[in-house]
Amino acid sequence: MFAFILRRSGVMLLTVLALTFIVFWLTNLPPNLEKLAKSEASVRMTDAEVASWLDRNGYGSSTLNRYGQWLGVVPGWTREEDGRFTGRCISGTATSLDDAPTRCGILQGAWGYSTVFKQPVADVIKRSLSMTSWLMLWVMIVMVPTALILGVLSGMREGSWTDRILSGFAIITTATPEYVSGVIFIVIFASATVGISPVLTELGWIEGKTLFQGTATAAMDKITFWNFALPVMTIALYGIGYIARMTRASMTEVMSQQYIRTARLKGVSFRQVVMKHALRNALIAPFTVIMLQFPWLLNGVVIVETLFNYKGFGWTLVQAAGNNDIPLLLGCSVVAVVVVLITQLISDIGYVFLNPRIRLS
Amino acid sequence: MTWDPTQPILEIENLSITFFTRLRQIPAVMDFSCKVMAGEAMGLVGESGCGKSTVALAVMRDLGKNGKITGGRILFKGQDLTSMSDEELRRIRGSEIAMIYQEPMASLNPAMKIGAQLAEVPMIHRGMSRADAWALARQIVADVRLPDPDRMLNSYPHQLSGGQQQRIVIAMALMAKPALLILDEPTTALDVTVEAGIVALVKELGEKYGTSMLFISHNLGLVLDVCDRLCVMYSGEAVETGNVAEVFTEMRHPYTQALFRAIPLPGADKNARPLISIPGNFPLPHERPNGCNFGPRCDYFQPGCCDAGEIAMEPVPGSDRHATRCLKWQEIDWLAPPKAAHAREKLPPGEIVLKMDDLRKYYQVSSGAFGGGMTKVVKANETLSFEARKGETLAIVGESGCGKSTFAKVLMGLETATSGKIMLFDENVQSTPIQKRGADTVSKLQMVFQNPFDTLNPSMTVGRQIIRALEVFQFGKSDAERHARMLELLDLVKLPRAFAERMPRQLSGGQKQRVGIARAFAGGAKVVVADEPVSALDVSVQAAVTDLLMDIQRENGTTLLFISHDLSIVRYLSDRVMVMYLGHVVEMGTTAQVFAPPYHPYTEALLSAVPIADPTVTRKHIVLEGAIPSAMNPPPGCPFQTRCRWKSQVAGGLCEREMPPVVSLDGGHQIKCHLTAEQFASMEPVIRIAAE
Repeated sequence: MFAFILRRSGVMLLTVLALTFIVFWLTNLPPNLEKLAKSEASVRMTDAEVASWLDRNGYGSSTLNRYGQWLGVVPGWTREEDGRFTGRCISGTATSLDDAPTRCGILQGAWGYSTVFKQPVADVIKRSLSMTSWLMLWVMIVMVPTALILGVLSGMREGSWTDRILSGFAIITTATPEYVSGVIFIVIFASATVGISPVLTELGWIEGKTLFQGTATAAMDKITFWNFALPVMTIALYGIGYIARMTRASMTEVMSQQYIRTARLKGVSFRQVVMKHALRNALIAPFTVIMLQFPWLLNGVVIVETLFNYKGFGWTLVQAAGNNDIPLLLGCSVVAVVVVLITQLISDIGYVFLNPRIRLS
Repeated sequence: MTWDPTQPILEIENLSITFFTRLRQIPAVMDFSCKVMAGEAMGLVGESGCGKSTVALAVMRDLGKNGKITGGRILFKGQDLTSMSDEELRRIRGSEIAMIYQEPMASLNPAMKIGAQLAEVPMIHRGMSRADAWALARQIVADVRLPDPDRMLNSYPHQLSGGQQQRIVIAMALMAKPALLILDEPTTALDVTVEAGIVALVKELGEKYGTSMLFISHNLGLVLDVCDRLCVMYSGEAVETGNVAEVFTEMRHPYTQALFRAIPLPGADKNARPLISIPGNFPLPHERPNGCNFGPRCDYFQPGCCDAGEIAMEPVPGSDRHATRCLKWQEIDWLAPPKAAHAREKLPPGEIVLKMDDLRKYYQVSSGAFGGGMTKVVKANETLSFEARKGETLAIVGESGCGKSTFAKVLMGLETATSGKIMLFDENVQSTPIQKRGADTVSKLQMVFQNPFDTLNPSMTVGRQIIRALEVFQFGKSDAERHARMLELLDLVKLPRAFAERMPRQLSGGQKQRVGIARAFAGGAKVVVADEPVSALDVSVQAAVTDLLMDIQRENGTTLLFISHDLSIVRYLSDRVMVMYLGHVVEMGTTAQVFAPPYHPYTEALLSAVPIADPTVTRKHIVLEGAIPSAMNPPPGCPFQTRCRWKSQVAGGLCEREMPPVVSLDGGHQIKCHLTAEQFASMEPVIRIAAE
């Protein structure tokens, strides 16, 4: 088991390197750097001025070399001008190089400085990740049990009316992207002019103008049901349909297995057949799917956080990409890749524990 | 409601079952009646698709959503099961009627411990506490003679061997001491020696607990062993029922007779007394003929009589509840010898075609689920030496895990040998993998596979598949030439030429296997490895396919390496036999030598384990204890010493220390055993045919 985790971690590390290099290379393509130079210095720079600005700010060396600097395995660039030093590892200017570290990359904990937020990248990511993890936590709390219950209910009696209704629901929710369902939710629940809110206000059943709040900005300070329900539901709904369909497929397959017949013909009641015999076997496949949802959630939050103006990871990513904030983009991609790979590792290990057939002796 | 023990435990009256699909209604069972008395074992016999399992599931009232009982009654202890509510049924299932299934691995919950699965039964039906139920489970597990019951209870199903799993399924059925036990092909998935152990156990437990049994099987020999009465089914109907001994000796239905003539009993011989296959195919449920279902395939068919209308079961007077569904049974001369048998001449064996010398195949395997860990050497084949001549049939016999499939793979070049020599004609092929063999070598050495259902490409027409083989063998110069050859091949395997345009799914199992044979012989194969070519087929088809193989062999002078676990068919068609155990050849000789004493102790046990559907044959029962040792961890000394009943007769524990030498007896008969010549001479035949 230990050797397995070790080997998987090794592969993970390689994947991280490869993926971050691809992101680094894409964000450091020449037109992008030109844009960066113009936005940092002056929009009206000539091409020659751009080139010299880039050279002065450490963008002159090869992409591979700069990737090494960013990682922290190659010494950071330095430049001497009139006895004053500038460099990757020096903030502002310095009179000597002795105080500054030679290498400063993400390995040394130096994630760079965000050009949009005018803050260290590490701080920005830390703040936005904590925001997003609250969102994800609630999404998982709502999504996983609901989806599993729906899936099991529809899968245990294949072809019944319960199955058809629940499957129909699952298909509709998976077929509705977040930017559609989010807008629909806002229109129905969080608009002062249409949907159910005006009616409720007229009846005097709610105090404010809308039932739910159409923005989740307030949730960044204090999460309440009224400000957080809509973004959570928007993300969860899509996942519910997907996981429920996987669970249903797995459940119907298990219910048609011979050992379920054995249990039935032993005189086990239907309820017990489902609970004791089918459930554990049926959950093996959806477990992997649920773990795969984490990376997908990172994806989904981009739209929902922007829609509901919740300043989490997705929102930050959009800001970084929209403003050509290279250090922040790189930081975000490292985090995203690591999250994806760790959930995969957990999923593999969990699978072993759920399925005794491949459990270690 | 009390039940009078003199009344039948189970009484099925005119049961009809229909499956409702979107396309059509499929009547699966029609007008089926039978009675099982207390303590009686009733056998249900028939080929696949005849409705025997449907009857069993109907007794359990578990026909699924589509299956409906459309007529008749099933009385269990006088209560009608067909009108019971789910709750009443639940109380009977598992406690009064229990079932044992065909595939033990699939019937046990993979994610639950054995103990929990067993203990569940008394906990549900008798409200027993968990601790008591586990204690009872432990006792029953000991009862079904499983070693180390405590460890068994805490295992998961996949940690047990097939035989052990089936014993657990039996234990589960016995947990509530049911009055009726339904066994649906309980040993079909198991090896013969394991089967013998299970059958002995079932019989013993049946007597011990006084349980009635409904025993479903396609194996007539097994039914003779286990049952008191039987009911032969054909295409959804019972065609003959009665006392086992009576039906076996004085059958009164043409189908039963045809069935017996199609199975290789001792005394059958491919040259002198060939098997008689049943012509035609099993009718599909929605294409059943009018009148007698067996009519179109029956030798005694009389138009206007047999196809006129419904035929009822008719009792045979002066017998023990013997009845037949045949209008002409009184007219048929049941003692007339079969007429179709025409003797053929035996082919003299030709020059040596294939020679193996000291062949070994070892595998390196790593233990541990995630790789790493220790690497072990599995000795799949050890010192294999033999030669096969032109036109000869050499049978390779052994149970699963004995290395016979590895041997085939090495020979075909799917694996390369670790050491030793394989000479095909005068070419060394032991270290040439199949990719590097020339088209000529490949077409000379071909294989017929076990499962015809999986070996044909489902999306290619039959003709295309054969032509593809011809292309690979570089046969012919043009497509037209190959097409012509393909049609010839279809003639060769006695399939209509129109089949060239058909897809595999439109073919029956026997027809698919014929296509497989045509493909193997496409390039004029000189040596054909037939890996259990008929074991997936029904009895009535088996004979025809075997016959076909023999015919082609006779015409082409092919050498046939016939891999099988079925000793009856081996005795019938092979010239020489090689018995394998744990990678070793333990006995080799002509068929007559191997099937008569002196035996290798393993051959002796194997022979005694094979059920024979002939009441005049008496055989010794030698039940092998324990399972086949793992090839990863073979016992020291003789591979068979852990299960050998002769071991005590060899002085000084020699069997445990030394690999026995190969003893050559008269006529090239070889046995790998420590027993002395006198001890060999003292062996008695396992099978005796009573003088007629």
